[in-house]
Amino acid sequence: MLFGIEWDTTNDWLFAVSIFPILLRGLAVTIQATVLGFLVAAVLGLALAVLKSARSRLIAWPARVLTEFLRDTPLLVQLFFLYYVLPEYGIVLPAFVTGALALGVQYSAYMSEVYRAGLESIARGQVEAARALDLSALRTFGVIVLPQAVPRIIPALGNYLVSIMKDVPVLSVVSVLEMLNVAQIVSDRSFHYVIPLSMVGGLYLVLTLIASAGVRYLDTRLPKRGLPLR
Amino acid sequence: MNEQPIIQFERVVKRFGDVTVLDELDFHVDKGEKVTIIGPSGSGKSTVLRILMTLEGIDEGVIHVAGHPLWHESRNGRLVPAGEAHLRRMRKEMGMVFQQFNLFPHMTVRRNITEAPVHVLGLSRKEARQRADEYLELVGLREHADKFPGQLSGGQQQRVAIARALAMRPGIMLFDEPTSALDPELVGEVLNVIQRLAQEHDLTMLLVTHEMQFAKQISDRICFFDKGRVLEEGPPEQLFSQPKEARTREFLNAFLNPA
Repeated sequence: MLFGIEWDTTNDWLFAVSIFPILLRGLAVTIQATVLGFLVAAVLGLALAVLKSARSRLIAWPARVLTEFLRDTPLLVQLFFLYYVLPEYGIVLPAFVTGALALGVQYSAYMSEVYRAGLESIARGQVEAARALDLSALRTFGVIVLPQAVPRIIPALGNYLVSIMKDVPVLSVVSVLEMLNVAQIVSDRSFHYVIPLSMVGGLYLVLTLIASAGVRYLDTRLPKRGLPLR
Repeated sequence: MNEQPIIQFERVVKRFGDVTVLDELDFHVDKGEKVTIIGPSGSGKSTVLRILMTLEGIDEGVIHVAGHPLWHESRNGRLVPAGEAHLRRMRKEMGMVFQQFNLFPHMTVRRNITEAPVHVLGLSRKEARQRADEYLELVGLREHADKFPGQLSGGQQQRVAIARALAMRPGIMLFDEPTSALDPELVGEVLNVIQRLAQEHDLTMLLVTHEMQFAKQISDRICFFDKGRVLEEGPPEQLFSQPKEARTREFLNAFLNPA
């Protein structure tokens, strides 16, 4: 029994059907962790990208070092760090939040590179024209550069959404009840391993295919010139 | 001329790495004057415009625009490198038209023109729209206001870019090879618009172009640039028909009688 739901071990089919709602609970957590982690990564990644492109080396350099550090250390190490070190400084967060934060922080480093490439792909003439019109730096970024960069950035960010989803099982080590963790608990208690784990694999495949299709759809729908302003 | 020049370069040096693009350049433009810069590529013509528009800095010398130092500001009676606030004030004196148009492709034609008047000059949307329509009328594109730049021909796009620069009501217009990126059959429409502007006596115009016939028609003065300096200058009739310098003759011959 898990989450108050009993399983039926009469035969394989009934077992599979009976544990499905349990796995769905785990799936919901997986999706939540994915979305939260993605949002953190998207916001933090943009901030990192902007800092890295700063003219002042005092700002750009630490941001670059941080990016490199985050990309070159394992997610598990970062997760342990947040989970065990933050409480020593009085910051105690639920395991789920810590986990999503760890995902977000690590992926912000990858995403900052996506943003940077997208922002740098905007022709220099665009910024020069904005300058000649005396638009402020902030306005130039917000109205000229960003709307043109978004259609180039979104599909690449979407691919990271899928990657984040596939990294969520790492959170099981800090006892977040995401899908794989749930399946493992069911297996341990029922002594049936093949069916729960196969179902996790199957559900992941479905999720990934849906997300990938969504990203591709978005890619075809986004206006190539940039988000239109009238 | 009693008035002091509206643009004045004094011993201006500009380097890109080891290459000296402007070599102690002295150069001026009077208020209302239409000046065309010609010369071989790499002679620093476009750099002069880009420096004026504050897209490039300078390494030595001083430039005055409308009586104020452009790249410097005086603090306690001394000239120090200008900060962004000063540069923003100075940019309002000038408008620039680029070789590649540089319209904002994700904005409608009208939004391209109203963006800066609203957010830089503080016009209301309504005033800015009226002003945009007025300048679109001037360049003959009133009916294309709601289109996106990609739906227009190169010549039309460049006319929009001219309207966009004019909508800021600058005293000085800078044209950086405005027809060089155009198909030959589209050059005329852009030159016509520029020619009409040239008949406005208040507007100061500084033009870099390879259209010699056109330069001859609209310019008060032609400056021949070579190796980062003004090698020769004068009224168009004189410079084109009796150039003093051998280098100028050579350049003009190559241009007017292409092999």
